[in-house]
Amino acid sequence: MLVLSGRGQEFANRVSLESGQPVQQCYQCGKCTAGCPAASFMDYAPHQVIHLVQLGLEEVVLSCRAIWVCTSCYTCTARCPCRIEVARIMDILRARARRKGLHRGQRAALFADLFLDSVRRHGRLHELELGARWGLSTGQPWREADLAAGLVAKRKLRLRPPRIKGVEEVRRIFREAARLEEGEHG
Amino acid sequence: MVRYAYYPGCVAEGSGREYEMANRAVAARLGLELVEIEDWNCCGATPGHNTGHLLGLALPARNLALASGMGLDLVAPCAACYNRLVTAQREIACDPELQVLMGRLLGRDYHGDRRVLSMVEAVAAVGAERMKALTVRPLEGITVACYYGCLLVRPPAVIRGDDPEDPRLLDDLLRGVGATTVDWAHKTECCGAAQALPHEEVVLSRVRRILEAAVTFRADCIATACPLCHANLDQRQARVNRRFGTDYRMPVLYFTQLLGLAFGLNPGELGLGLHFVPTAELVRRIA
Ligand code: SF4
Ligand code: SF4
Repeated sequence: MLVLSGRGQEFANRVSLESGQPVQQCYQCGKCTAGCPAASFMDYAPHQVIHLVQLGLEEVVLSCRAIWVCTSCYTCTARCPCRIEVARIMDILRARARRKGLHRGQRAALFADLFLDSVRRHGRLHELELGARWGLSTGQPWREADLAAGLVAKRKLRLRPPRIKGVEEVRRIFREAARLEEGEHG
Repeated sequence: MVRYAYYPGCVAEGSGREYEMANRAVAARLGLELVEIEDWNCCGATPGHNTGHLLGLALPARNLALASGMGLDLVAPCAACYNRLVTAQREIACDPELQVLMGRLLGRDYHGDRRVLSMVEAVAAVGAERMKALTVRPLEGITVACYYGCLLVRPPAVIRGDDPEDPRLLDDLLRGVGATTVDWAHKTECCGAAQALPHEEVVLSRVRRILEAAVTFRADCIATACPLCHANLDQRQARVNRRFGTDYRMPVLYFTQLLGLAFGLNPGELGLGLHFVPTAELVRRIA
């Protein structure tokens, strides 16, 4: 068995603790990867991501593309013979990458930011605004134009932003959640 | 009349408008009263739990608390909303500390004691007998590939009630109104979900496989119960054809649209003209 010392061990332990998943019990069977819809688009396949955690290679795993290409489909979680919730670990890794600023430049992180910013401001998602801001932020404002035109023609894009009465409550959730997560993980 | 607290989800007024139309129309026919939760908020969907664990729980928790205040069980038609609501409810229920934290995050007492149902479950609860009695145009001769996707069936520790590898609820419903359903291997294969904008290549490759499988099984259409799956399969089908040089013309219908047709509802009322891939020919064969 591989015995890690120092920072590597600490990282593996923290991920285990935070995710509630016994990361060290993974025996690298590869079943998670076999069913993963995004594996062929990843730099490290799901079982390799878990291996990187086991090895304590924090920088590598938090900077990888794999955790951002993951679709959160839970196939890995459903099938792991060790009952390791791999998708949950992916969540934890994304959140840690964010706290270290290693999410910058990842398209899925940008998408999540824009999505959640819309929710924070209106209480619900404004699809049109998300699409427009995505186009501008990625420098490809016309990429989705054909679909947007189709949606507008079918009146399937709401023009005015939604607004709920409890929008302040929603903002409070965002604020408090960020503060608590920050405090918990330093 | 069975009353439910109803959580439409953010796309109900937008890109998933036809699902909303069909759900309302079919619910009325089935005697389900859907009482919209007043002032509901976005569940955070995938971006929520991808960004922070507490955020991913607290956004749905506010809606659970609102439904609990109404004293009604909750129905969420979107598979992603349904998944987030059930996940939040189960996790918080197992952890007293989280329960207290939710109070702090929400600024109100958290109670999440009402059942959360998907639209599929709510419709199935009506019972096969009644469905049959309401069927005036049985879907005979129509072959449907029921596509469940991910979030209606996984993770199995949280989402219960159907087989996570070979679910049957949708198949049973549609067979109950006369359709033939296919025994295919792609019922729960991921469509690429929320990666449509960040990593479209994932979605296109997944959608291609799902469409190919449906064609192989000679399906006349795919049935879904999720606006995100629907958007990927229907809206992006033309892009799949462009990218891979294929020629798929597979109508993708919400399961309530198919039920509505069987109940004799009018296609316009079910939003059947709002799809990207035309449904007219299929509708003609039924109506
Ligand atoms: S399926 Fe489970 S045990 Fe197998 S490699 Fe993946 S995480 Fe490890
Ligand atoms: S949750 Fe992510 S890692 Fe797991 S199978 Fe799905 S895409 Fe792959």
